[in-house]
Amino acid sequence: MSHSVELAGIEMIFGAVRAVERFSATVEGGEFFSILGPSGCGKTTVLRLVAGFIQPTSGRIVIGGKDVTEQGPHQRPTSMIFQSLALFPLMPVWENIAFGLEVRGVSKAQRRRRADELLELIALPGFGDRMVHELSGGQKQRVAIARALAVDPEVLLLDEPLSALDLKLRQHMRAELRALQKRTGVTFIYITHDQSEALAMSDRVAVMNAGKLQQIATPRELYANPATSFVARFVGETNEFAGRVRDVANGLAAVETRHGMLRGRAGPGVKSGVEAALYVRPEAVSLSVGAPGNRIAALADRLEFEGAVAMLHARTNDGAPVLAAIANRRLDEAPLSGGPIQLSFAPAEALVLAHG
Amino acid sequence: MASLIERFGRGLGGLIMLIVALWLLGLVLAPNLMMLDFSFRPNLMPSQVGTSADRYTIANFVALFSDPVHRAIFFKTVWASALVTATTLVATYPLAYWLAKRASPTGVALALVALIIPFWINEVLRTLAWYILLAFNGPLNAVLIATGIIAEPVRWFGDFGVLAGMVYAYILFMLFPIYNSISTLETAQIEAARNLGASTIRIHRRIVIPHAKAGIATGCVFTFMLAAGSYVAPALLGSPGSRWFTEIIYNWFFEGGNWNRGAAYALVLLVLCMMVVMAALRLFRVNLADVAK
Repeated sequence: MSHSVELAGIEMIFGAVRAVERFSATVEGGEFFSILGPSGCGKTTVLRLVAGFIQPTSGRIVIGGKDVTEQGPHQRPTSMIFQSLALFPLMPVWENIAFGLEVRGVSKAQRRRRADELLELIALPGFGDRMVHELSGGQKQRVAIARALAVDPEVLLLDEPLSALDLKLRQHMRAELRALQKRTGVTFIYITHDQSEALAMSDRVAVMNAGKLQQIATPRELYANPATSFVARFVGETNEFAGRVRDVANGLAAVETRHGMLRGRAGPGVKSGVEAALYVRPEAVSLSVGAPGNRIAALADRLEFEGAVAMLHARTNDGAPVLAAIANRRLDEAPLSGGPIQLSFAPAEALVLAHG
Repeated sequence: MASLIERFGRGLGGLIMLIVALWLLGLVLAPNLMMLDFSFRPNLMPSQVGTSADRYTIANFVALFSDPVHRAIFFKTVWASALVTATTLVATYPLAYWLAKRASPTGVALALVALIIPFWINEVLRTLAWYILLAFNGPLNAVLIATGIIAEPVRWFGDFGVLAGMVYAYILFMLFPIYNSISTLETAQIEAARNLGASTIRIHRRIVIPHAKAGIATGCVFTFMLAAGSYVAPALLGSPGSRWFTEIIYNWFFEGGNWNRGAAYALVLLVLCMMVVMAALRLFRVNLADVAK
């Protein structure tokens, strides 16, 4: 099993900027762990701290049970894939892949053999003598992965490596990365601002905002039970109704909103009297009249067909947007735009989170 | 050429081209052709010019290589210029790398100002500053004696003085091409190499220097040409033992009154410089177009 990575109370201060605030997380050996957040949230800083390019202002970094906080990037059992890939343009592909071995004094014949093996692994056999500029975006991507894997790292650090690829290729590479991770058993720490990427590939996801860790959870948990309002808004589409909590009973909170009393599961720290917001996913919102639970009157605005579902954009009485996902096979029942509709959702499908 | 006409019209465009052509022909080509002509003629009294004695000969070139002193000074100028180039490269490369990749924006601004301001003073005066610094009773000797590094003052003028003066005089010609080329290297490549375990030396050998090759070649070519053609530094900071080939050429023209031999010597220096440049470019596997960029 590959090494685990333990971050204990990491803080990173650049001058007056607190890039990372008291970040603690444990990445299990062999896990595909993503750090998700908007740009500038400090996620890349966390990755560079794990790689050893920068030293934390305070806190410890432990890899495989060994404290590496003071070690440089070349002493750690990590290998990084850069956002720009940073392949060496003046070397042929095989020398790129074998660069880490060249550094370790491996003989040329062995280097070449290992490079060819890795080219097999990334499904680019015979590409060893090409130059980097002759490769397509996806091929460069795979060469960068092979180069990082050539040194047999315990932990692979990936800094948004798919961001330069087009959508189709990105989706393909997602699957490939995931499969490669399972096959090699290497611990992956993957940085991304694309929530669908994080949800699709990861065993667990850490969500960051403004230097602070928001939540660490499995993708399903993250989607179903966001711990903070930031996570609720950032991961997936959601509807938000702000208000004040009237009372909490049996794990359900009643929130007084401008659309009347709405009920949902009470999140952490939700008690009567606090300012809070109720979050409900578009797919939990239904159009059926007479359904039990929360009801909101709205005007249908427009219907956006997305393939598997159609997204109904509606407006509440005071103009706030509401989204409802309508399954393809029920499209015939969809309302005409401009018409008044009743939206409803079950309290169990909604979550109430305190502000902050 | 067509674009010039298109932009400025037939009249003005034609005029610009005419001026450029005159400049090239009159100020570049003609003097060099005259030099070439001079170098292959004997040095004659005015009355003999145009007589049967005035015919082409290679005697001036033969004279250079048959005179052991001139020959020695010629070859010394070649290798000493190469030494100046190598020393300037070694002194400049770390600075160029620091400026391009390590320094903060303020650091870069300060360093560039500090480097450029001395070059607002003309070359002769700058060399004169070194003349004062390196003088027998000058500040350098005083400091070295005061700190106990040397017991007796050293005569710096000569080979050392010339080397120091030239390295200083040409440092910017080496620095800027290298700085520019290192600046274009993506920093992530250096980080990637370090991440893969490469030592500093290997990072430079395998990543930075190959990338900056054209800039290094440009800097070396500039510095070599300037050093080989230098006159002020050897004249001021040299000694009889460190005479430069340009001084001999100067002497033929202005002291010896033999323009023909001076022209021949100058031509040999020119051809040599061109050969060195071509050899350097081939060695670095860079072509002339890269250097011109």
